[in-house]
Amino acid sequence: MPTTLTIADVERIAALAQLDLTDEEKRLFTRQLADVLAYAEQVQAIDTSGVPATAHVNSAQRTEREDVPRPCLSVEDVLANAPDAAADAGFFRVPRVIGG
Amino acid sequence: MNVLDATAQSIRDDIVAGRLSAADVCRAALDRISSVNASLNAFNLVDAERALGHAQDIDRRRAAGETLGPLAGVPVALKDNLDVRGMPTTASSKILEHFVPPYDATVVRRLEGAGAIIVGKTNCDEFAMGSSTENSAFGPVRNPWALDRIPGGSSGGSAAAVAARCVPLALGSDTGGSIRQPASCCGVVGLKPSYGRVSRYGLLAFASSLDQIGPFARSVADAALVLSALAGADPCDATTANEPVPDFSAALTGSVKDLRIGVPRAFVTDGVDDQVRRAFDEALDTLRGSGATLVDIALPHAKYAVPVYYLVCTAEASSNLARYDGVKYGYRSGKGKDSLKEMYSRTRDEGYGPEVKRRIMLGTYVLSAGYYDAFYLKALQVRTLLRRDYDQAFERVDVVAIPTSPTPPFRLGEKTDDPLQMYLADVFTVSANLAGLPGISVPCGFSSEGLPIGLQFMGRMFDEATLLRVADAYERVTEWHTRAPVI
Repeated sequence: MPTTLTIADVERIAALAQLDLTDEEKRLFTRQLADVLAYAEQVQAIDTSGVPATAHVNSAQRTEREDVPRPCLSVEDVLANAPDAAADAGFFRVPRVIGG
Repeated sequence: MNVLDATAQSIRDDIVAGRLSAADVCRAALDRISSVNASLNAFNLVDAERALGHAQDIDRRRAAGETLGPLAGVPVALKDNLDVRGMPTTASSKILEHFVPPYDATVVRRLEGAGAIIVGKTNCDEFAMGSSTENSAFGPVRNPWALDRIPGGSSGGSAAAVAARCVPLALGSDTGGSIRQPASCCGVVGLKPSYGRVSRYGLLAFASSLDQIGPFARSVADAALVLSALAGADPCDATTANEPVPDFSAALTGSVKDLRIGVPRAFVTDGVDDQVRRAFDEALDTLRGSGATLVDIALPHAKYAVPVYYLVCTAEASSNLARYDGVKYGYRSGKGKDSLKEMYSRTRDEGYGPEVKRRIMLGTYVLSAGYYDAFYLKALQVRTLLRRDYDQAFERVDVVAIPTSPTPPFRLGEKTDDPLQMYLADVFTVSANLAGLPGISVPCGFSSEGLPIGLQFMGRMFDEATLLRVADAYERVTEWHTRAPVI
Protein backbone atom coordinates (compact mmCIF):
# COMPACT_ATOMS: atom_id res chain seq x y z
CA MET A 1 0.00 0.00 0.00
CA PRO A 2 2.00 3.01 -1.19
CA THR A 3 1.29 5.99 1.00
CA THR A 4 0.16 9.09 -0.78
CA LEU A 5 -1.23 11.85 1.30
CA THR A 6 -3.35 14.77 0.14
CA ILE A 7 -4.37 17.98 1.85
CA ALA A 8 -7.86 16.46 2.10
CA ASP A 9 -6.43 13.47 4.02
CA VAL A 10 -4.68 15.83 6.40
CA GLU A 11 -7.90 17.79 6.91
CA ARG A 12 -9.82 14.58 7.65
CA ILE A 13 -7.22 13.47 10.22
CA ALA A 14 -7.07 16.94 11.78
CA ALA A 15 -10.84 16.87 12.25
CA LEU A 16 -10.63 13.48 13.98
CA ALA A 17 -7.84 14.83 16.21
CA GLN A 18 -9.73 18.04 17.05
CA LEU A 19 -6.99 20.24 15.58
CA ASP A 20 -7.90 23.39 13.68
CA LEU A 21 -4.74 23.55 11.54
CA THR A 22 -3.70 26.61 9.57
CA ASP A 23 -3.24 26.30 5.80
CA GLU A 24 0.51 26.44 6.25
CA GLU A 25 0.41 23.60 8.78
CA LYS A 26 -1.72 21.53 6.43
CA ARG A 27 0.82 21.91 3.64
CA LEU A 28 3.78 21.18 5.91
CA PHE A 29 2.18 18.11 7.52
CA THR A 30 1.07 16.70 4.17
CA ARG A 31 4.72 16.52 3.11
CA GLN A 32 6.23 15.51 6.47
CA LEU A 33 3.66 12.86 7.35
CA ALA A 34 3.99 11.34 3.87
CA ASP A 35 7.78 11.11 4.41
CA VAL A 36 7.41 9.37 7.76
CA LEU A 37 4.68 7.00 6.54
CA ALA A 38 6.71 6.08 3.45
CA TYR A 39 9.59 5.19 5.76
CA ALA A 40 7.31 3.28 8.16
CA GLU A 41 5.87 1.23 5.30
CA GLN A 42 8.93 -1.04 5.46
CA VAL A 43 7.25 -2.92 8.33
CA GLN A 44 4.58 -4.09 5.90
CA ALA A 45 7.09 -6.32 4.09
CA ILE A 46 7.77 -8.40 7.21
CA ASP A 47 6.05 -11.77 7.47
CA THR A 48 3.99 -11.65 10.66
CA SER A 49 1.55 -14.44 9.96
CA GLY A 50 0.58 -16.09 13.22
CA VAL A 51 2.53 -13.53 15.30
CA PRO A 52 0.51 -12.11 18.20
CA ALA A 53 0.52 -8.36 18.83
CA THR A 54 2.42 -6.86 21.78
CA ALA A 55 0.41 -3.91 23.02
CA HIS A 56 1.98 -4.02 26.45
CA VAL A 57 4.98 -5.97 27.81
CA ASN A 58 3.62 -6.78 31.28
CA SER A 59 0.19 -7.90 30.15
CA ALA A 60 0.46 -11.25 31.95
CA GLN A 61 0.43 -9.58 35.36
CA ARG A 62 -2.87 -9.49 37.23
CA THR A 63 -3.48 -6.13 38.78
CA GLU A 64 -6.93 -6.51 40.25
CA ARG A 65 -7.71 -5.18 43.69
CA GLU A 66 -10.69 -5.00 45.99
CA ASP A 67 -13.15 -2.36 44.85
CA VAL A 68 -13.18 -0.23 47.97
CA PRO A 69 -13.49 3.55 48.24
CA ARG A 70 -10.24 5.43 48.79
CA PRO A 71 -9.54 9.10 49.42
CA CYS A 72 -9.51 11.27 46.30
CA LEU A 73 -9.07 14.91 45.37
CA SER A 74 -11.60 17.43 46.62
CA VAL A 75 -13.90 19.13 44.11
CA GLU A 76 -12.18 22.40 45.00
CA ASP A 77 -8.75 20.97 44.11
CA VAL A 78 -10.07 19.52 40.87
CA LEU A 79 -11.67 22.78 39.75
CA ALA A 80 -8.73 24.96 40.80
CA ASN A 81 -7.00 24.50 37.42
CA ALA A 82 -10.03 24.91 35.19
CA PRO A 83 -9.88 27.81 32.71
CA ASP A 84 -13.58 28.42 33.44
CA ALA A 85 -15.08 26.85 36.54
CA ALA A 86 -18.44 27.39 38.17
CA ALA A 87 -16.72 26.88 41.52
CA ASP A 88 -19.77 27.42 43.72
CA ALA A 89 -21.82 24.91 41.77
CA GLY A 90 -18.91 22.48 41.48
CA PHE A 91 -18.89 22.36 37.66
CA PHE A 92 -16.56 22.93 34.70
CA ARG A 93 -18.12 25.51 32.39
CA VAL A 94 -17.87 24.96 28.60
CA PRO A 95 -19.22 26.71 25.51
CA ARG A 96 -22.54 25.63 24.03
CA VAL A 97 -22.58 21.90 23.25
CA ILE A 98 -25.82 21.58 21.26
CA GLY A 99 -26.61 23.82 18.36
CA GLY A 100 -23.28 25.68 18.64
CA MET B 1 36.82 20.23 45.82
CA ASN B 2 33.59 22.07 45.10
CA VAL B 3 30.67 20.36 46.83
CA LEU B 4 28.78 20.18 43.53
CA ASP B 5 31.56 18.06 41.99
CA ALA B 6 30.89 15.41 44.63
CA THR B 7 28.65 12.39 44.15
CA ALA B 8 25.21 12.22 45.75
CA GLN B 9 26.48 9.42 47.97
CA SER B 10 29.34 11.50 49.39
CA ILE B 11 27.16 14.62 49.81
CA ARG B 12 24.66 12.56 51.78
CA ASP B 13 27.40 10.94 53.90
CA ASP B 14 28.96 14.35 54.66
CA ILE B 15 25.59 15.75 55.70
CA VAL B 16 24.83 12.78 57.93
CA ALA B 17 28.30 13.06 59.51
CA GLY B 18 27.86 16.79 60.07
CA ARG B 19 30.71 17.80 57.75
CA LEU B 20 28.27 19.66 55.48
CA SER B 21 24.91 21.29 56.10
CA ALA B 22 22.05 20.49 53.76
CA ALA B 23 21.23 24.21 53.60
CA ASP B 24 24.76 25.05 52.39
CA VAL B 25 24.63 22.34 49.73
CA CYS B 26 21.23 23.63 48.61
CA ARG B 27 22.50 27.22 48.42
CA ALA B 28 25.51 26.08 46.37
CA ALA B 29 23.18 24.33 43.90
CA LEU B 30 20.87 27.36 43.66
CA ASP B 31 23.86 29.68 43.10
CA ARG B 32 25.25 27.43 40.40
CA ILE B 33 21.87 27.31 38.64
CA SER B 34 21.65 31.13 38.74
CA SER B 35 25.09 31.49 37.23
CA VAL B 36 24.73 29.03 34.32
CA ASN B 37 21.05 28.90 33.45
CA ALA B 38 21.10 31.99 31.25
CA SER B 39 23.56 30.10 29.00
CA LEU B 40 21.94 26.67 29.20
CA ASN B 41 18.17 27.31 29.58
CA ALA B 42 18.09 24.00 31.47
CA PHE B 43 15.51 25.01 34.09
CA ASN B 44 11.87 25.99 33.56
CA LEU B 45 11.40 26.73 37.24
CA VAL B 46 13.52 26.99 40.40
CA ASP B 47 11.76 27.01 43.75
CA ALA B 48 14.53 28.25 46.06
CA GLU B 49 12.30 28.90 49.04
CA ARG B 50 10.77 25.44 49.04
CA ALA B 51 14.15 23.79 48.49
CA LEU B 52 15.86 25.73 51.30
CA GLY B 53 12.97 24.99 53.63
CA HIS B 54 13.32 21.26 53.00
CA ALA B 55 17.12 21.45 53.36
CA GLN B 56 16.85 23.26 56.69
CA ASP B 57 14.41 20.60 57.81
CA ILE B 58 17.06 17.93 57.06
CA ASP B 59 19.58 19.89 59.15
CA ARG B 60 17.08 20.19 62.02
CA ARG B 61 16.35 16.49 61.91
CA ARG B 62 20.04 15.66 62.01
CA ALA B 63 20.53 17.99 64.97
CA ALA B 64 17.63 16.21 66.70
CA GLY B 65 19.39 12.89 66.22
CA GLU B 66 16.91 11.46 63.73
CA THR B 67 17.97 8.80 61.22
CA LEU B 68 18.29 10.38 57.78
CA GLY B 69 17.35 8.78 54.47
CA PRO B 70 19.69 7.51 51.75
CA LEU B 71 19.42 10.77 49.76
CA ALA B 72 19.31 13.16 52.72
CA GLY B 73 20.09 16.71 51.64
CA VAL B 74 20.97 15.81 48.05
CA PRO B 75 19.68 18.43 45.56
CA VAL B 76 17.65 16.90 42.72
CA ALA B 77 16.10 18.43 39.59
CA LEU B 78 12.93 17.02 38.02
CA LYS B 79 11.98 16.96 34.37
CA ASP B 80 9.04 19.30 33.95
CA ASN B 81 6.61 16.49 33.15
CA LEU B 82 6.62 15.21 36.74
CA ASP B 83 4.10 16.57 39.22
CA VAL B 84 4.92 18.19 42.54
CA ARG B 85 1.94 19.40 44.52
CA GLY B 86 1.73 23.19 44.33
CA MET B 87 4.59 23.58 41.80
CA PRO B 88 3.60 24.30 38.17
CA THR B 89 4.09 21.49 35.63
CA THR B 90 4.34 22.70 32.04
CA ALA B 91 5.75 19.75 30.02
CA SER B 92 7.38 22.70 28.19
CA SER B 93 4.03 23.29 26.47
CA LYS B 94 1.82 26.33 26.19
CA ILE B 95 -1.24 24.12 26.57
CA LEU B 96 -0.47 23.57 30.27
CA GLU B 97 -0.26 27.29 31.00
CA HIS B 98 -1.08 28.00 34.68
CA PHE B 99 -1.45 24.30 35.57
CA VAL B 100 -0.55 23.60 39.21
CA PRO B 101 -0.84 19.92 40.11
CA PRO B 102 -2.93 19.10 43.18
CA TYR B 103 -0.84 16.00 44.05
CA ASP B 104 2.70 14.58 44.11
CA ALA B 105 4.03 12.00 41.67
CA THR B 106 4.95 8.76 43.43
CA VAL B 107 8.62 9.33 42.51
CA VAL B 108 8.44 12.73 44.21
CA ARG B 109 7.10 11.14 47.40
CA ARG B 110 9.80 8.50 47.29
CA LEU B 111 12.62 10.96 46.58
CA GLU B 112 11.49 13.29 49.34
CA GLY B 113 10.89 10.32 51.62
CA ALA B 114 14.58 9.45 51.11
CA GLY B 115 15.52 13.02 52.07
CA ALA B 116 16.26 14.45 48.60
CA ILE B 117 15.78 18.19 48.04
CA ILE B 118 13.85 19.11 44.90
CA VAL B 119 15.28 22.38 43.54
CA GLY B 120 13.15 22.83 40.43
CA LYS B 121 11.85 21.62 37.09
CA THR B 122 13.94 21.13 33.96
CA ASN B 123 13.26 22.10 30.38
CA CYS B 124 12.42 19.32 27.91
CA ASP B 125 10.91 18.67 24.52
CA GLU B 126 7.19 19.47 24.65
CA PHE B 127 5.42 16.48 26.24
CA ALA B 128 8.76 14.62 26.00
CA MET B 129 8.47 14.43 22.21
CA GLY B 130 11.87 14.97 20.66
CA SER B 131 15.53 14.02 20.60
CA SER B 132 17.13 17.45 20.96
CA THR B 133 15.07 19.55 23.45
CA GLU B 134 14.46 21.98 20.58
CA ASN B 135 10.70 21.28 20.75
CA SER B 136 10.24 23.26 23.99
CA ALA B 137 7.80 26.15 24.10
CA PHE B 138 10.45 27.90 26.25
CA GLY B 139 13.34 27.63 23.79
CA PRO B 140 16.03 24.98 23.40
CA VAL B 141 18.42 23.76 26.07
CA ARG B 142 22.09 24.12 25.17
CA ASN B 143 24.77 21.48 25.66
CA PRO B 144 27.18 22.45 28.48
CA TRP B 145 30.09 21.01 26.44
CA ALA B 146 29.37 23.24 23.43
CA LEU B 147 26.60 25.82 23.52
CA ASP B 148 25.89 25.50 19.79
CA ARG B 149 25.05 21.80 20.21
CA ILE B 150 21.90 20.02 21.31
CA PRO B 151 21.94 18.40 24.78
CA GLY B 152 19.91 15.46 23.44
CA GLY B 153 16.30 14.97 24.31
CA SER B 154 13.75 14.86 25.41
CA SER B 155 15.14 15.18 28.98
CA GLY B 156 17.82 17.63 27.82
CA GLY B 157 17.43 20.02 30.75
CA SER B 158 17.95 17.26 33.32
CA ALA B 159 21.05 15.97 31.50
CA ALA B 160 22.52 19.46 31.09
CA ALA B 161 21.83 20.32 34.76
CA VAL B 162 23.74 17.25 35.97
CA ALA B 163 26.60 17.71 33.48
CA ALA B 164 26.98 21.40 34.40
CA ARG B 165 27.22 20.55 38.12
CA CYS B 166 23.97 22.34 39.02
CA VAL B 167 22.76 19.19 40.78
CA PRO B 168 24.31 15.75 41.30
CA LEU B 169 21.02 14.02 40.42
CA ALA B 170 18.01 14.59 38.22
CA LEU B 171 15.02 12.59 37.05
CA GLY B 172 13.88 12.25 33.47
CA SER B 173 11.43 10.11 31.54
CA ASP B 174 12.40 7.75 28.73
CA THR B 175 9.85 6.69 26.09
CA GLY B 176 12.30 5.97 23.25
CA GLY B 177 15.66 7.06 24.66
CA SER B 178 14.82 10.34 26.36
CA ILE B 179 17.07 9.60 29.35
CA ARG B 180 19.86 7.59 27.72
CA GLN B 181 20.40 9.75 24.63
CA PRO B 182 20.72 13.11 26.48
CA ALA B 183 22.97 11.38 29.04
CA SER B 184 25.18 10.33 26.13
CA CYS B 185 25.13 13.83 24.61
CA CYS B 186 26.01 15.50 27.94
CA GLY B 187 28.60 13.00 29.21
CA VAL B 188 26.65 11.73 32.24
CA VAL B 189 25.03 8.49 33.37
CA GLY B 190 21.36 7.92 32.43
CA LEU B 191 19.28 4.90 33.44
CA LYS B 192 15.96 3.71 32.04
CA PRO B 193 14.62 1.00 34.35
CA SER B 194 12.55 -1.97 33.15
CA TYR B 195 8.96 -1.25 32.19
CA GLY B 196 6.97 -1.57 35.41
CA ARG B 197 9.93 -1.05 37.76
CA VAL B 198 9.11 2.56 38.71
CA SER B 199 5.64 4.07 39.17
CA ARG B 200 4.50 6.60 36.58
CA TYR B 201 1.77 8.06 38.79
CA GLY B 202 2.24 11.81 38.41
CA LEU B 203 4.17 11.55 35.13
CA LEU B 204 2.38 13.24 32.23
CA ALA B 205 1.61 10.33 29.91
CA PHE B 206 3.10 10.33 26.42
CA ALA B 207 3.07 6.66 25.29
CA SER B 208 1.86 4.52 28.14
CA SER B 209 3.27 1.16 26.98
CA LEU B 210 6.75 2.71 26.69
CA ASP B 211 7.16 5.54 29.24
CA GLN B 212 9.46 4.95 32.20
CA ILE B 213 11.04 7.30 34.78
CA GLY B 214 14.71 7.10 35.68
CA PRO B 215 17.72 8.99 37.04
CA PHE B 216 20.59 11.04 35.65
CA ALA B 217 23.77 10.97 37.73
CA ARG B 218 27.52 11.40 37.37
CA SER B 219 28.26 7.88 38.57
CA VAL B 220 26.62 4.49 38.17
CA ALA B 221 26.67 4.08 41.96
CA ASP B 222 24.53 7.22 42.32
CA ALA B 223 22.09 5.95 39.70
CA ALA B 224 21.81 2.68 41.65
CA LEU B 225 21.15 4.63 44.84
CA VAL B 226 18.29 6.53 43.22
CA LEU B 227 16.79 3.42 41.63
CA SER B 228 16.70 1.72 45.03
CA ALA B 229 14.73 4.69 46.35
CA LEU B 230 12.27 4.84 43.41
CA ALA B 231 11.62 1.19 42.54
CA GLY B 232 8.72 -0.97 43.57
CA ALA B 233 5.02 -1.59 43.13
CA ASP B 234 2.59 1.29 43.61
CA PRO B 235 -1.18 0.95 44.07
CA CYS B 236 -1.56 4.22 42.12
CA ASP B 237 0.01 2.70 38.96
CA ALA B 238 -1.42 -0.67 37.92
CA THR B 239 1.45 -1.17 35.45
CA THR B 240 4.06 -1.36 38.22
CA ALA B 241 5.38 -4.89 38.64
CA ASN B 242 5.14 -7.00 41.77
CA GLU B 243 8.82 -7.84 41.46
CA PRO B 244 11.13 -7.90 44.46
CA VAL B 245 13.41 -4.84 44.61
CA PRO B 246 17.01 -5.81 45.38
CA ASP B 247 19.57 -3.47 46.94
CA PHE B 248 21.01 -2.18 43.67
CA SER B 249 24.04 -0.61 45.36
CA ALA B 250 25.02 -4.01 46.74
CA ALA B 251 25.09 -5.40 43.19
CA LEU B 252 28.09 -3.23 42.27
CA THR B 253 30.87 -5.75 42.78
CA GLY B 254 33.27 -4.20 40.27
CA SER B 255 33.73 -7.50 38.51
CA VAL B 256 32.57 -8.64 35.07
CA LYS B 257 34.70 -11.80 35.01
CA ASP B 258 31.88 -14.33 34.79
CA LEU B 259 29.68 -12.20 32.51
CA ARG B 260 28.85 -12.56 28.84
CA ILE B 261 28.26 -9.35 26.89
CA GLY B 262 26.34 -9.58 23.61
CA VAL B 263 27.39 -7.34 20.71
CA PRO B 264 24.94 -6.96 17.78
CA ARG B 265 27.70 -6.13 15.28
CA ALA B 266 25.52 -6.32 12.16
CA PHE B 267 23.24 -3.63 13.62
CA VAL B 268 26.07 -1.19 14.43
CA THR B 269 26.86 -0.33 10.84
CA ASP B 270 25.15 2.18 8.59
CA GLY B 271 24.93 5.74 9.74
CA VAL B 272 27.19 5.30 12.75
CA ASP B 273 29.75 8.07 13.06
CA ASP B 274 33.36 6.80 12.83
CA GLN B 275 34.31 8.37 16.15
CA VAL B 276 31.31 6.74 17.87
CA ARG B 277 32.27 3.39 16.37
CA ARG B 278 35.88 3.79 17.52
CA ALA B 279 34.85 4.71 21.07
CA PHE B 280 32.45 1.76 21.12
CA ASP B 281 35.16 -0.69 19.94
CA GLU B 282 37.59 0.65 22.55
CA ALA B 283 34.96 0.21 25.25
CA LEU B 284 34.45 -3.40 24.17
CA ASP B 285 38.24 -3.94 24.39
CA THR B 286 38.20 -2.48 27.89
CA LEU B 287 35.41 -4.82 28.96
CA ARG B 288 37.24 -7.79 27.46
CA GLY B 289 40.35 -6.68 29.31
CA SER B 290 38.34 -6.70 32.54
CA GLY B 291 37.50 -10.35 31.97
CA ALA B 292 34.08 -10.19 30.30
CA THR B 293 33.36 -12.57 27.42
CA LEU B 294 32.13 -10.83 24.26
CA VAL B 295 29.58 -12.75 22.21
CA ASP B 296 28.31 -11.83 18.75
CA ILE B 297 24.52 -11.77 18.70
CA ALA B 298 21.96 -11.23 15.97
CA LEU B 299 18.94 -8.95 16.42
CA PRO B 300 17.36 -9.39 12.99
CA HIS B 301 14.37 -7.13 13.70
CA ALA B 302 16.27 -4.32 15.41
CA LYS B 303 16.49 -2.43 12.11
CA TYR B 304 12.69 -2.08 12.22
CA ALA B 305 12.65 -0.65 15.73
CA VAL B 306 12.48 3.02 14.64
CA PRO B 307 9.45 2.63 12.31
CA VAL B 308 7.71 0.38 14.85
CA TYR B 309 8.42 2.88 17.60
CA TYR B 310 7.05 5.87 15.69
CA LEU B 311 3.88 3.97 14.79
CA VAL B 312 3.28 2.81 18.37
CA CYS B 313 4.27 5.95 20.26
CA THR B 314 2.30 8.31 18.05
CA ALA B 315 -0.81 6.11 18.26
CA GLU B 316 -0.61 6.12 22.06
CA ALA B 317 0.19 9.83 22.16
CA SER B 318 -2.81 10.75 20.02
CA SER B 319 -5.00 9.05 22.61
CA ASN B 320 -3.18 10.31 25.73
CA LEU B 321 -3.11 13.92 24.55
CA ALA B 322 -6.85 14.01 23.83
CA ARG B 323 -7.28 15.10 27.46
CA TYR B 324 -5.83 18.57 26.82
CA ASP B 325 -8.93 20.29 25.53
CA GLY B 326 -9.26 23.56 27.42
CA VAL B 327 -11.86 22.26 29.89
CA LYS B 328 -10.23 20.78 33.00
CA TYR B 329 -6.86 22.52 33.14
CA GLY B 330 -4.38 24.54 31.17
CA TYR B 331 -4.81 26.85 28.22
CA ARG B 332 -8.15 27.69 26.62
CA SER B 333 -8.37 29.63 23.35
CA GLY B 334 -10.28 32.90 23.38
CA LYS B 335 -11.84 31.81 20.08
CA GLY B 336 -14.77 29.44 19.80
CA LYS B 337 -16.74 30.95 22.67
CA ASP B 338 -20.03 29.81 21.14
CA SER B 339 -19.15 26.25 20.22
CA LEU B 340 -17.55 23.51 22.29
CA LYS B 341 -16.13 21.78 19.24
CA GLU B 342 -14.55 24.95 17.93
CA MET B 343 -13.14 25.76 21.37
CA TYR B 344 -11.48 22.30 21.48
CA SER B 345 -9.87 22.54 18.07
CA ARG B 346 -8.74 26.18 18.46
CA THR B 347 -7.32 25.48 21.93
CA ARG B 348 -5.39 22.46 20.69
CA ASP B 349 -4.02 24.18 17.59
CA GLU B 350 -2.91 27.24 19.56
CA GLY B 351 -1.69 25.29 22.60
CA TYR B 352 0.42 22.56 21.01
CA GLY B 353 3.73 23.08 19.21
CA PRO B 354 4.52 21.61 15.78
CA GLU B 355 6.09 18.29 16.84
CA VAL B 356 3.23 17.42 19.19
CA LYS B 357 0.70 18.18 16.47
CA ARG B 358 2.69 16.11 13.98
CA ARG B 359 2.65 13.12 16.32
CA ILE B 360 -1.03 13.47 17.17
CA MET B 361 -1.77 13.60 13.43
CA LEU B 362 0.43 10.57 12.67
CA GLY B 363 -1.05 8.59 15.55
CA THR B 364 -4.60 9.47 14.56
CA TYR B 365 -3.82 8.41 11.00
CA VAL B 366 -2.37 4.99 11.91
CA LEU B 367 -5.33 4.26 14.19
CA SER B 368 -7.94 5.38 11.68
CA ALA B 369 -10.21 3.08 9.68
CA GLY B 370 -8.39 1.54 6.73
CA TYR B 371 -4.89 2.06 8.15
CA TYR B 372 -5.10 0.37 11.56
CA ASP B 373 -4.17 -3.14 10.34
CA ALA B 374 -1.49 -2.04 7.88
CA PHE B 375 0.33 0.26 10.29
CA TYR B 376 -0.63 0.00 13.95
CA LEU B 377 -1.43 -3.72 14.25
CA LYS B 378 1.54 -4.59 12.03
CA ALA B 379 3.82 -2.54 14.28
CA LEU B 380 2.55 -4.42 17.36
CA GLN B 381 3.31 -7.74 15.65
CA VAL B 382 6.83 -6.67 14.70
CA ARG B 383 7.21 -5.51 18.30
CA THR B 384 6.65 -9.15 19.31
CA LEU B 385 9.35 -10.29 16.86
CA LEU B 386 11.75 -7.73 18.30
CA ARG B 387 11.05 -8.95 21.84
CA ARG B 388 11.74 -12.52 20.70
CA ASP B 389 15.12 -11.41 19.27
CA TYR B 390 16.07 -10.13 22.72
CA ASP B 391 14.66 -13.20 24.50
CA GLN B 392 16.86 -15.38 22.33
CA ALA B 393 19.91 -13.16 22.82
CA PHE B 394 19.48 -13.20 26.60
CA GLU B 395 19.56 -17.00 26.60
CA ARG B 396 23.24 -16.63 25.64
CA VAL B 397 24.35 -13.33 27.19
CA ASP B 398 23.85 -11.35 30.41
CA VAL B 399 23.78 -7.86 28.91
CA VAL B 400 23.88 -6.33 25.43
CA ALA B 401 26.32 -3.52 24.57
CA ILE B 402 25.54 -1.00 21.83
CA PRO B 403 26.25 2.70 21.23
CA THR B 404 23.65 5.04 22.76
CA SER B 405 23.51 7.52 19.90
CA PRO B 406 24.81 7.03 16.33
CA THR B 407 26.51 10.44 16.37
CA PRO B 408 27.95 12.93 18.85
CA PRO B 409 25.48 15.75 19.69
CA PHE B 410 24.56 17.64 16.52
CA ARG B 411 24.16 21.40 16.05
CA LEU B 412 21.04 23.24 17.14
CA GLY B 413 18.74 23.65 14.15
CA GLU B 414 20.50 20.96 12.11
CA LYS B 415 17.54 18.57 11.94
CA THR B 416 14.53 20.68 12.90
CA ASP B 417 13.17 20.86 9.34
CA ASP B 418 13.34 17.12 8.77
CA PRO B 419 11.42 15.10 11.39
CA LEU B 420 12.43 11.77 9.83
CA GLN B 421 16.16 12.54 10.23
CA MET B 422 15.49 13.51 13.84
CA TYR B 423 13.66 10.21 14.45
CA LEU B 424 16.63 8.21 13.12
CA ALA B 425 18.76 9.57 15.98
CA ASP B 426 16.80 7.14 18.20
CA VAL B 427 17.93 4.01 16.33
CA PHE B 428 19.81 2.44 19.25
CA THR B 429 17.53 3.45 22.11
CA VAL B 430 13.95 2.66 21.09
CA SER B 431 14.37 -1.14 21.25
CA ALA B 432 14.69 -1.17 25.03
CA ASN B 433 11.34 0.61 25.37
CA LEU B 434 9.56 -1.60 22.85
CA ALA B 435 10.85 -4.73 24.62
CA GLY B 436 10.43 -3.32 28.15
CA LEU B 437 14.12 -3.83 28.96
CA PRO B 438 16.31 -1.74 31.26
CA GLY B 439 19.05 0.30 29.60
CA ILE B 440 21.83 2.57 30.80
CA SER B 441 24.15 5.03 29.06
CA VAL B 442 27.61 5.74 30.47
CA PRO B 443 30.29 8.08 29.10
CA CYS B 444 32.81 6.20 26.92
CA GLY B 445 34.80 8.89 25.16
CA PHE B 446 34.89 12.25 23.43
CA SER B 447 34.93 13.25 19.77
CA SER B 448 37.83 15.23 18.29
CA GLU B 449 35.70 18.34 18.92
CA GLY B 450 35.42 17.49 22.61
CA LEU B 451 31.82 16.24 22.47
CA PRO B 452 30.73 13.37 24.73
CA ILE B 453 30.05 9.86 23.40
CA GLY B 454 27.95 7.32 25.28
CA LEU B 455 27.99 3.54 25.64
CA GLN B 456 24.70 1.75 26.24
CA PHE B 457 24.04 -1.52 28.00
CA MET B 458 20.67 -3.28 27.93
CA GLY B 459 19.73 -5.98 30.40
CA ARG B 460 17.14 -8.66 30.99
CA MET B 461 13.79 -7.42 32.18
CA PHE B 462 14.00 -6.58 35.92
CA ASP B 463 17.73 -7.41 36.00
CA GLU B 464 18.93 -3.86 36.60
CA ALA B 465 21.34 -5.37 39.14
CA THR B 466 23.49 -7.01 36.43
CA LEU B 467 23.09 -4.00 34.14
CA LEU B 468 24.36 -1.64 36.84
CA ARG B 469 27.13 -4.03 37.81
CA VAL B 470 28.55 -4.06 34.26
CA ALA B 471 28.21 -0.29 33.84
CA ASP B 472 29.87 0.34 37.21
CA ALA B 473 32.72 -2.09 36.46
CA TYR B 474 33.35 -0.25 33.17
CA GLU B 475 33.25 3.10 34.94
CA ARG B 476 35.78 1.94 37.54
CA VAL B 477 38.47 1.33 34.90
CA THR B 478 37.80 4.47 32.83
CA GLU B 479 37.90 8.19 33.59
CA TRP B 480 35.43 9.62 31.06
CA HIS B 481 32.77 10.21 33.72
CA THR B 482 35.13 12.39 35.77
CA ARG B 483 35.50 15.08 33.08
CA ALA B 484 33.54 18.30 33.52
CA PRO B 485 32.51 20.86 30.91
CA VAL B 486 33.90 24.37 31.32
CA ILE B 487 30.99 26.77 31.66
